[in-house]
Amino acid sequence: MTTPNAIHVQGLEKSYGDVNVLRGVDFEVVRGSIFALLGSNGAGKTTVIRILSTLLKADAGTATVHGFDVATRGADVRESISLTGQFAAVDEILSGRENLVLIAKLRHLRNPGAIADGLLARFSLTDAGARRVSTYSGGMRRRLDIAMSLIGNPPVVFLDEPTTGLDPQARIEVWDAVKELAGQGTTVLLTTQYLDEAEQLADRIAILHEGRIIVNGTLAELKKLLPPAKVEYVEKQPRLEDVFFAIVGGKDREDQA
Amino acid sequence: MTKHFFGDTTVLLGRSLRHITRSLDTIITTTIMPIAFLLLFVYVFGGAIKTGSSSSYVQYLLPGILLITVATGISYTAFRLFLDMKNGIFERFQSMPIARSAVLWAHVLTSLVANLISLVVVVLVALLMGFRSGASVLGWLAVLGILVLFTLALTWIAVIPGLTAKSADGASAFSYPLVFLPFLSSAFVPTGTMPGPVRWFAENQPVTSIVNAIRGLLTEQPVGSDIWIALAWCAGILVVAYFFATLTYRRKIS
Repeated sequence: MTTPNAIHVQGLEKSYGDVNVLRGVDFEVVRGSIFALLGSNGAGKTTVIRILSTLLKADAGTATVHGFDVATRGADVRESISLTGQFAAVDEILSGRENLVLIAKLRHLRNPGAIADGLLARFSLTDAGARRVSTYSGGMRRRLDIAMSLIGNPPVVFLDEPTTGLDPQARIEVWDAVKELAGQGTTVLLTTQYLDEAEQLADRIAILHEGRIIVNGTLAELKKLLPPAKVEYVEKQPRLEDVFFAIVGGKDREDQA
Repeated sequence: MTKHFFGDTTVLLGRSLRHITRSLDTIITTTIMPIAFLLLFVYVFGGAIKTGSSSSYVQYLLPGILLITVATGISYTAFRLFLDMKNGIFERFQSMPIARSAVLWAHVLTSLVANLISLVVVVLVALLMGFRSGASVLGWLAVLGILVLFTLALTWIAVIPGLTAKSADGASAFSYPLVFLPFLSSAFVPTGTMPGPVRWFAENQPVTSIVNAIRGLLTEQPVGSDIWIALAWCAGILVVAYFFATLTYRRKIS
């Protein structure tokens, strides 16, 4: 463990046939921070995540995760990470609790049942724990998905578009879970196409565009790239999100309905 | 192969066996076609078929029906594997610190269990239809052994479309020719009545020797060289399919 950074990526390249998805990506993620990789669809965010989680080999460049080279120390990398993919990777036929127990067993942990119950409580899924996942709503699936990723407390967590397709309530729940994770010292690399999500969560934001990182900095640094804000007098209208929550009630969870 | 291979395989096997016990309909639908063939051939065509034996046609037909049962059963193996690939749980497993081959082996062993259940169902139906065998325990064990080897061989073939298919239909369609193969063998009628080239194909394709070996064992006839040819076919298909399946798998996860 020579580097203080949890993730170190240098000159990463990957192409599929003639399409150069990544053309030299460099970035560092400090231990215990939340790093957002921002980009439009097809920018190569998922490709970066897949390389870092050893699901894909890079054509060129190096990447280390938790001090281990992804190309040569794959097994050690997999011990140190968890991946939450773009689509909730849960077993629909099993119950929520069985999903958690399955992952705990595969991580060779003791007391998989107790771990599962703890996570069900933490993600407000206790009541739904015995139900088959096929009956869950999108938000519940995503929460279960993230809960499965946290089993074994991996020091580095990859979240690939964790809130795509979620309703506003579920989105905020996911954000809270991510903040809590980082609060405990876990390093989080998340990809998103929502600017407000990066703004809400990330300590550092990198914009991936056409296979390269074109900007990388804190939110304050990114804001400095634009000319200083002009002061304008604007009447503040409630956002639709404010209206939505005022009407449905902020704490009215879908799974308790 | 890591130190956790057996533990991980057991955990994942438990998972996919739960899939089977919670969707028993897949086992029932697996057995419907072979049972339909059994009924159709015994009660409709059977009377007109001369097998050269005085016993009832169901005695003659059952071994081929058992192979058709396995051939339909493995399409579900490909289908289950395809679903795991598609919904992302496969990637989750691959990004975890588990023995990577455990994911495949769990599917293969599940296929074996599911097919054995289907085979038991089909044999029970055959018993109701008057199938009888005086074979010894050793004879039945030999039949079981051939069927297990045959199932494993076909399952490893099924792994390939399961890993590479683009759609659920594509994942299971590969089994149609396998279901059809017993019709061009000694499974339904003796090969002696077939015209030259068809007869040559029927007598030299794997199903005929496997069917003849199982039939011999169940009717307590000498099986001669058939059983060794049958075992050689099963083992050969198994080795080749295993090789290509693991090659496909390594390409997929690298």
